[in-house]
Amino acid sequence: MAYRKVEVATPLIVKVLPYVSILGFFLVWEIIVRTGIVPDTLLAAPTTVLKTFFVKLYDMDPDGATIVQHAWVSIQEAFTGFALSLVIGIPLGLCMGWFKVVEGLCRPIFELIRPIPPIAWIPLTVFWFGIGLTGKVFIIWIAGIVPCVINSWVGVRMTNPTLIQMARTYGANDWQIFTQLCIPSALPMVFGALQLALTYCWTNLVGAELLAADAGLGYLITMGGRVARPDIIVLGMISIGISGAIIGFVIDKIEKKLLAGIRR
Amino acid sequence: MNANEQLLKIRCENISKTFIQKGNQEVPVIRDVNVDVRENEFLVICGPGQCGKSTLLRIIAGLEIPDTGTVLLDGKPVEGPGADRGMVFQSYMLFAWKTVRHNVELGLKLRGVPPKERQEIAQRYIDMVGLQGFENHYPHQLSGGMKQRVGIARAYANAPTVMLLDEPFGQLDAQTRMFMQHEIARIWEQEKRTVIFVTNNIDEALFLADRIVLMEGKLPGTVKTEYKVDLPRPREHISMDLLRLRKVITDNTELVL
Repeated sequence: MAYRKVEVATPLIVKVLPYVSILGFFLVWEIIVRTGIVPDTLLAAPTTVLKTFFVKLYDMDPDGATIVQHAWVSIQEAFTGFALSLVIGIPLGLCMGWFKVVEGLCRPIFELIRPIPPIAWIPLTVFWFGIGLTGKVFIIWIAGIVPCVINSWVGVRMTNPTLIQMARTYGANDWQIFTQLCIPSALPMVFGALQLALTYCWTNLVGAELLAADAGLGYLITMGGRVARPDIIVLGMISIGISGAIIGFVIDKIEKKLLAGIRR
Repeated sequence: MNANEQLLKIRCENISKTFIQKGNQEVPVIRDVNVDVRENEFLVICGPGQCGKSTLLRIIAGLEIPDTGTVLLDGKPVEGPGADRGMVFQSYMLFAWKTVRHNVELGLKLRGVPPKERQEIAQRYIDMVGLQGFENHYPHQLSGGMKQRVGIARAYANAPTVMLLDEPFGQLDAQTRMFMQHEIARIWEQEKRTVIFVTNNIDEALFLADRIVLMEGKLPGTVKTEYKVDLPRPREHISMDLLRLRKVITDNTELVL
């Protein structure tokens, strides 16, 4: 007797639900602004935001730059801070996981700094670096380094102890165990940190720009507020959301590709 | 029997070990264990669960330090793990991110053997355990029996004088286990080493051993007695002589729950 393939079909209604949801959301939004339930001085309708987006592609008013220029400034800041937090945070975390001296020295300071929200550093960074790129990179670096350190540290600490004993029976010394066993087995955790650190960096970038900046997507929102243009505010918010989602998606793809060789 | 086989390789003298659990609770694991192992002998340490047989093996490997007694290897006390003793683990313990070849090369790489030479040595032992064609596979692509072949090849490639096998076939299904017993017997005939093999399976012990050390008891375990298995090789699991000895041993084994 032949086997019959059992197909569990997803009902059409379930498939279309996400589209219904997103369309409905914008439709309701449009209606409440157009009908005046919420006046357009308080909230811009989606179609207005879309129109502002096309205008802002070339028009520098009222905030001094086009949307692409703002996005570019933000991306530069975010990636510089992100890269620096990886370069410093990951080696530091890995060393903290293996070398008791490093852990003993760095952990108390790290635990002290960790609970301070990165944006609490803003006034000091304005003193130190002004409102240019450096200050914001510093804030983003503080935000990104926390998950990098924690994940790398925990990743090394979670190395299978029997695997370490196995390496010892083959005559491996501490340094060989660290570099050839602990680091490779911590890699999945370290890659997990990339995604997390990027989210932290991106959200704190906006925070930093809201308070101290002369360009960037966060600055666009601030300016929209100052000139009472809800369409610019919403445009800035949506731009941050969409570019954050795109960057996250790209990192996820890269991570999957790199991790393919380290499958358990 | 030639004189070489009479040479003393390992002597365990009055080994006792107590683990400390949850702060101050003492758990005695083995007490007053004396075992001698001769050069190129296939010694099987057999006993039920929690009789301390694995702990004894780990003490010989240098992974645990005994509370009393010493382990002498070639007359010198064991003070820690070393490349002269190769260990095969029940749960394989392969590097998931390395291919079969690179796993087998582990010990050689750690000792700084040049790449070309270590590839030749690794290939020889990959062939010996019958994994030719799988050199570039990753552990997750292999079956349990194949993973343990990698573990065995890795240990042999490091050229230890003593092989320590800790229930190496404990995670395999019954057929694969029987097949691997034939394989380990063949490999041992081909590359004579001093082997200490820990198992809870009397049939496995009888099939492989020159001598069986029977352990008993539970927390702490002790050595009950020894059996010399003077049967010709290759052996059959169902030969009359083997089954006769099996009855003697099982009659001497109490079930402790």
